[in-house]
Amino acid sequence: MKKILLTILVLLGLMVVFFIKYPSNEETPTRSKTLPAITIPTNPDVILATTTSVQDTGLLDILVALFKKETGYKVKAIAVGSGEAMAMGKRGDADIMLVHSPKDEEVFMKEGFGKNRRLVMTNYFILVGPPDDPAGCRLSNSTAEKFKEIAATKSIFISRGDNSGTHKRELSLWQSSGITPAGAWYLESKSGMGIVLQIANEKNGYTLTDKGTYLAFKQKLSLVEMSGKDDVLINRYSIIVPNQEKLPKINLAGAEAFADFLTTPRTQKIIGEFGLDQYAEPLFYPINP
Amino acid sequence: MTDLFVVIKTSLQVSGISLLISGIIGIPTGTIIGLSHFRWKKWLIALVNTGMGLPPVLVGLVVALLLWRSGPLGFLALLYSKSAMVVAQSIIALPLITAFTIAGVQRLDPELIRQTIALGATKWQLFRVILNETKTGILVALMAGFGGIISEVGAVMMVGGNIKGETMVLTTGILTETRMGHFETALYLGVVLLVISFIINLCLTLLQQKQINA
Repeated sequence: MKKILLTILVLLGLMVVFFIKYPSNEETPTRSKTLPAITIPTNPDVILATTTSVQDTGLLDILVALFKKETGYKVKAIAVGSGEAMAMGKRGDADIMLVHSPKDEEVFMKEGFGKNRRLVMTNYFILVGPPDDPAGCRLSNSTAEKFKEIAATKSIFISRGDNSGTHKRELSLWQSSGITPAGAWYLESKSGMGIVLQIANEKNGYTLTDKGTYLAFKQKLSLVEMSGKDDVLINRYSIIVPNQEKLPKINLAGAEAFADFLTTPRTQKIIGEFGLDQYAEPLFYPINP
Repeated sequence: MTDLFVVIKTSLQVSGISLLISGIIGIPTGTIIGLSHFRWKKWLIALVNTGMGLPPVLVGLVVALLLWRSGPLGFLALLYSKSAMVVAQSIIALPLITAFTIAGVQRLDPELIRQTIALGATKWQLFRVILNETKTGILVALMAGFGGIISEVGAVMMVGGNIKGETMVLTTGILTETRMGHFETALYLGVVLLVISFIINLCLTLLQQKQINA
């Protein structure tokens, strides 16, 4: 009877040992075989705090894999909203941030937490809503007018409500329409973009979304685009390298290398071509095409 | 497909090591608490039982706060690694295993312990006799612990960071795929998680039933 317990323990132990040994066997030879030229950095782990839209579209996976192949740095991407990403940056828990909340980014830089900030890519936020357009806003000229009409008709609007870059932009759009959104028609979900799109879909409501997430979900939604390419809807993604004088523990060399990598013309080209085959239009527009 | 393999591997590895650690600590602790008599025993058991309902997200938050670079254990550089996930899951499983072990040993016949001691058994021999007599209960403890952590999502998300190919496990993978609109993949991962859970629980249950019938 003792044997059985012992067997379980041994099996469990074997399982653990097998799994621990496996990755180290796998990784070391491939790296030295295929990449003899690069010197493996002393501190190869770079923690990247980023917004969910960059990861959920799949763009980041491609960039991170290429960067690792070329430099040996391993970027660990933590996908959170832009608000939380910058909070991680202020604590020194992120080595680098890829975010899209320009006003917060400016504050972050002004407070001295950032060493430098570079624009990486842009795309558009879009206003989406039910196909029958209860607020009648599809044909209105400006985004501000569309927001006014949604409020005036008390049509359901789902807000991210989570301090993300998209949420911040939505709030500034309400502000520029001169409206303080409140009431039974204005719902704050506190969820990620994909979930919010589904809520809007189920409740026949409007919501502001980044283009990438919308395209990824489009087939499963009846929501349609309500907005054109209005300048107030430009979505700017920037990379911020933290200030090491203030945050001594960060991996500055790795952060600088990744920021340089993202802004080189070759990487910019990859960004511009990403998603073309699947959606017939780019998800992100590079800055240096 | 290789991605799926990595995710399954990470899940089993993290939960397996956590179960091992919490078992090594929890089973002796539970045995000692269950069999000894001291003043605050009932209070301690109530505390352990409360720990069974410990919200994983809270464990994740506390472990993350401790492991932040700016936090007290930041110098270990453990956050967003499998080790951090093991720490969190061990904490979650520990009260489960301890509590079930306590319940198991308390069902023991006190006469058995008295006789074993009378026969001149050392402490270690006594522990082995007790272990032998309560293995059914201990198997239940291990099952409960494993079930609690393999299906847990909040803590591993917070301390592991859900990094693809590294700290993404089945549960956080389901969340990620849902977020990306890949519902089929998410459901697929869910089925894989259930199958793994079933296989492991089946093995443990078969063992347990064998014990009962023996």
